[in-house]
Amino acid sequence: MNIHEYQAKAVLAGYGVAVPKGKVAFTVQEAVQAAQELGGRAVVKAQIHAGGRGKAGGVKVSRSLAEVEQNARALLGHTLVTHQTGPQGKVVKRLLIEQLSDIEKEYYIGLVVDRASGRVVMMASGEGGMEIEEVAARTPEKIFRETIDPVVGLTPFQARNLAFAIGIPSDLVNKAVKFMTGLYECFVDKDCSIAEINPLVVTRQGEVMALDAKLNFDDNALFRHPDILELRDLDEEDPKEIEASKYGLSYIALDGNIGCMVNGAGLAMATMDTIKYYGGEPANFLDVGGGASEEKVTEAFKIILSDPKVRGILVNIFGGIMKCDVIANGVVAAARQVGLDKPLVVRLEGTNVELGKEILNESGLNIVAADSLADAAQRIVALV
Amino acid sequence: MSILVNKDTRVITQGITGSAGLFHTQQAIEYGTKVVGGVTPGKGGTTVAGVPVFNTVAEAVRETGANASVIYVPPAFAADAIMEAVAAELDLVICITEGIPVLDMVKVKRFMEGRHTRLIGPNCPGVITPGECKIGIMPGYIHTPGKVGVVSRSGTLTYEAVYQLTVRGIGQSTAVGIGGDPVKGTEFIDVLEMFQEDPDTEAVILIGEIGGTAEEQAAEWIREHMTKPVVGFIAGATAPPGRRMGHAGAIISGGSGTASSKIAKLQECGIRVAPTPSEMGSTLEAVLKERGLLEKCLVK
Repeated sequence: MNIHEYQAKAVLAGYGVAVPKGKVAFTVQEAVQAAQELGGRAVVKAQIHAGGRGKAGGVKVSRSLAEVEQNARALLGHTLVTHQTGPQGKVVKRLLIEQLSDIEKEYYIGLVVDRASGRVVMMASGEGGMEIEEVAARTPEKIFRETIDPVVGLTPFQARNLAFAIGIPSDLVNKAVKFMTGLYECFVDKDCSIAEINPLVVTRQGEVMALDAKLNFDDNALFRHPDILELRDLDEEDPKEIEASKYGLSYIALDGNIGCMVNGAGLAMATMDTIKYYGGEPANFLDVGGGASEEKVTEAFKIILSDPKVRGILVNIFGGIMKCDVIANGVVAAARQVGLDKPLVVRLEGTNVELGKEILNESGLNIVAADSLADAAQRIVALV
Repeated sequence: MSILVNKDTRVITQGITGSAGLFHTQQAIEYGTKVVGGVTPGKGGTTVAGVPVFNTVAEAVRETGANASVIYVPPAFAADAIMEAVAAELDLVICITEGIPVLDMVKVKRFMEGRHTRLIGPNCPGVITPGECKIGIMPGYIHTPGKVGVVSRSGTLTYEAVYQLTVRGIGQSTAVGIGGDPVKGTEFIDVLEMFQEDPDTEAVILIGEIGGTAEEQAAEWIREHMTKPVVGFIAGATAPPGRRMGHAGAIISGGSGTASSKIAKLQECGIRVAPTPSEMGSTLEAVLKERGLLEKCLVK
């Protein structure tokens, strides 16, 4: 799960991580008021769940209240297109009004879970403000890493190693160590999947602060963080994806016209690959997961059909933990409920497959049964 | 012969009284797996699916002589269940549970250091040696005993590969689902090493997907160490890029994690890659034929 920059900064401040003073604003009036409290000058920052806001014009330095008002008006309610939002962009509904910082130099600090070592790794670079992917591609030697032992946590010497390596001024290294320690504590405490401070800044007044902050959280751990769950902004998510997540379905909308319902992420991707191979275009990725109920399958079906682009549906289930008869009952129930009038190709294999096929055959519905993945993909491509 | 599990493997089910644990324990027993007991804290002393239930793994091991466990415990408690099984010194622990918090697995891996237990998963379908032992959620009937090893990050794609082999009359020595989570017990290379050493495995199908660099590392290992033919498939060639903000994770290992970069690396290391998931079986069949191994691998 993603949260906004202003929310991330508030969470981090709770761990002693220094952040600039600021306030969220939902209206132009609130923006002006917040700027007034900061002494009239402020940065007006669009709050959307996407990076690249600065380059897209979503971050505006304002030297007077009039400028704050003008910039807030220009951003609120308008669509911001960054390289991460896709061409349709995202509507700005919240602003962060923040004090201006007197920046001496910018750095990068990030935390991720490293698959290879199975540990949390802190990355740091003196190339602040640039995307870390870009730094990694061009000058990998400028990224420094410390692998963290989960028992002892980030040790001060590791934080110092990084601080000196990226060139934090010696007299500020202790502040940087405190910053990094707080960041790591937050990461572990709140079950983050990614924490990125880009840039981390050193100011002319000798402060070490997070000028921007991105926190992503492990969806699997949200059950133990009700406080973080409250920060979820549903405006930032696809309504179909929200509906899907309610039922424990993993759904991602795509641009094609063949709706897919598959069990298992790997098979779901492989099904999309196969549809494309035979000249079709998948309308979505949908993994119904393990242990699905009839209700879950019905909901999955409704979500697929709520996409007006969908001209036909391919169901590909290889039952393991998931039983084919459950899938078949769900498909039949859903098709009846929504009065399905589009071609439906079903390929079933696995646990209770005979029972599943029987349910489909006896349903009286117009369902095309396929023998294999290739067969199923070819049939649905021919039908839409 | 086979790897990891065989007819002598003595299995306990952790979470045996839950619906998934119970169903798949019954299926395993029906398949012929030696299930010797189960564990559910507080349900000790009862009998489920014809086997005794214990309160702790240690007790179950003491009473039954189990050497392997399979875990169907809910995600919030699964990391603890793994550590309990590791502390009881089981040889093999297979965790089926999906949705364990990543940082819980970071702790588990640290806990396992210096101990001899092998963990498969989490978030995996399990391990099966056809005709001998099925531990996990895979449908037993699609498998046939034979000489091709299967290793995969994806559950249902493993079934797809196995099914394609069986339809062609090619049996399997052991099929291993290592699981799709970023932090897990066993990687491709661990399994490849076992297949290379297993005298009854003649060839291997390796099924990967986008993300991370495990497939690239496996490809290099195969080029250096593997004499048996390996056929690959990578899922996710058409997945839209950038949906998950996983790039920073990939940077650490120094790779892009896309399907095309993985396929290129596999091919560069001399591994034939199936162009579509429907062609995993036929691609392997073609390679076996070229190497003169097909006769040996066909089920008589």
